[in-house]
Amino acid sequence: MNKVIYLDNAATTPVDRRVLEKMLPFFSEKFANPATKWTSSLSKEVDDYIEEARENIANLLNADVEEIYFTSGGTESDNAAIKGIAWANRDKGSEIISTHIEHEAVLRPLETLARQGFTIKFVPVDSKGFVYPDEVKKLITKHTILISIMHANNEIGSIEAIEEIGKIARENGIYFHTDAVQTVGHVPVDVKAMNIDLLSLSAHKFYGPKGVGALFVRRDTNIAPFMEGGGQERGLRSGTLNSTGIVGLGEAAKIAKAEMAFNEERIRKIRDTLFESIQREIPEVYLNGAEGEKRLSGNLNFVIKGIRSEPLLTTMNERGIVIGGGSACSAGSKEPSHVLRAIAVPDDDLFSGIRMTIGKFNSEDEVMPIVINLKDAVKKLRDLSPFWMKGD
Amino acid sequence: MPVPYTKLVIEHFKNPHNVGEIEDADVKVTEGSPACGDMLTLYLKVDPETHVITDVKFRSYGCASNIATGSIITDMVKGKTVDEAMKITWKDAAEALGGLPPVKVHCSVLAADALHSAVEIYMEKTGLVKEKQPTTIEKVFQKLSHVINPETGIDIVKSNLIKNISIKDGIIKIDLNIEPDSQFAENIKEEIIERLEFLWDVKEIQVNFMK
Repeated sequence: MNKVIYLDNAATTPVDRRVLEKMLPFFSEKFANPATKWTSSLSKEVDDYIEEARENIANLLNADVEEIYFTSGGTESDNAAIKGIAWANRDKGSEIISTHIEHEAVLRPLETLARQGFTIKFVPVDSKGFVYPDEVKKLITKHTILISIMHANNEIGSIEAIEEIGKIARENGIYFHTDAVQTVGHVPVDVKAMNIDLLSLSAHKFYGPKGVGALFVRRDTNIAPFMEGGGQERGLRSGTLNSTGIVGLGEAAKIAKAEMAFNEERIRKIRDTLFESIQREIPEVYLNGAEGEKRLSGNLNFVIKGIRSEPLLTTMNERGIVIGGGSACSAGSKEPSHVLRAIAVPDDDLFSGIRMTIGKFNSEDEVMPIVINLKDAVKKLRDLSPFWMKGD
Repeated sequence: MPVPYTKLVIEHFKNPHNVGEIEDADVKVTEGSPACGDMLTLYLKVDPETHVITDVKFRSYGCASNIATGSIITDMVKGKTVDEAMKITWKDAAEALGGLPPVKVHCSVLAADALHSAVEIYMEKTGLVKEKQPTTIEKVFQKLSHVINPETGIDIVKSNLIKNISIKDGIIKIDLNIEPDSQFAENIKEEIIERLEFLWDVKEIQVNFMK
């Protein structure tokens, strides 16, 4: 079988070889529990590696090492940040500001909080998926305790003006959380310059392993512990540390810091060539979201008029090309994408969205086979479609 | 590469049978809409003497299992009488395909629904309906629950667009909660008439738009 062409890097990325090499000894050789570092040299060694990983992440975010807490990934970090701030600061107020284009890992905890009596206010986004900081400002009251707005959207790749939003939050004494799962390791993030109080990240989105991530929590933030037990991670997140995963995360962060700029430039070129070719070869295709610098360099999301995305993905998969629909997390559901809905994609096109996300292991050589196969698959499905006029 | 479908589903999906249109079809019926994620149009040609289905074709905007079900169910009804066709269920089609994943049930039911609607309309049109009971308001509601509001993808019954229905002397009067100048008004009216015009005791259908 030919090599698979993988175009779903926003769902997850393969582990970089160098990351894997770094992790391997931690399964059975350097296995000790870092919690017993005071009495065991085996543990101390593992702990040193964990602290090295913490430093690598702090460097990537321009944070201090004590502000990094290891978690099981983006979903845990989002839950921990949102519920942790809400529960610890209830005496100060019960209003939270967010958007309709957040990931489910933010939206579902917000729903839970709403049931517990919190008020959730949603800032509108425009047709390209952008939040206007002024609109955030309008929603702030003296009861607002938290603003949670993602750094970049996982479906359409819009990069939000979080620096300005963070500034507004800071000026008003409100905590600002950002889900940066799609940007960390891809786009420069500076928690100090961007006025971020809490930030979620996940290793497997930038060539690290699955099941590990981190939450940045600014020093002196009033947050409730998100896992109670033996008191690891300065009492906020108990549980024996996933040393293997954490070492992998740290290595992925180190590599990203060094190579990000080069990779993203390459990825952007492949993405642009790919979409130009698709538009040239296939009629009635339009882009969802923004063009230019304020879009993630690897992200493409477009509507192919007249066909559903699901059979197209199945057809492409048969040909060894892996593409995502909307987001990987809701691929099993019948509901159309809440993000495409929020940016007012016409109802007739809601089930026709295709997401292709390019990563550093893709190459320019893959563009041709992708376009040829896509063109053929689209033609076949349009011939089947009851509302695709022939000759269009 | 492996997907959660049987080989047969993938085969029918990749090379669906009976795709297209029949120009002189006896019945053409559409179920679903793009806004609700699946849509299927079915054409039926029936021998007027024997009532055997001589040709059937379909077009689909739907997922792989919707396309595969359309393909196999049209294979299954070809050469059958309309009575026999009426008895073929979605389950029969799914079994013939070697099973469908549970999450895909909703998208594949559409093909069976379209078949049953088409046969029902054919029977009404040709007077084959055995027990000629007078058309009731309930019957009209049931028929209209297949008419989709293209704007939302939800049928006009569920979306509360029906203000009033009355039946008198073979005239069905339907008042709809839709602006007369709505771009979808004509489309919805056509769909309603297609669904009701062959009921044996119906002489006229009046569709009124009001808001």
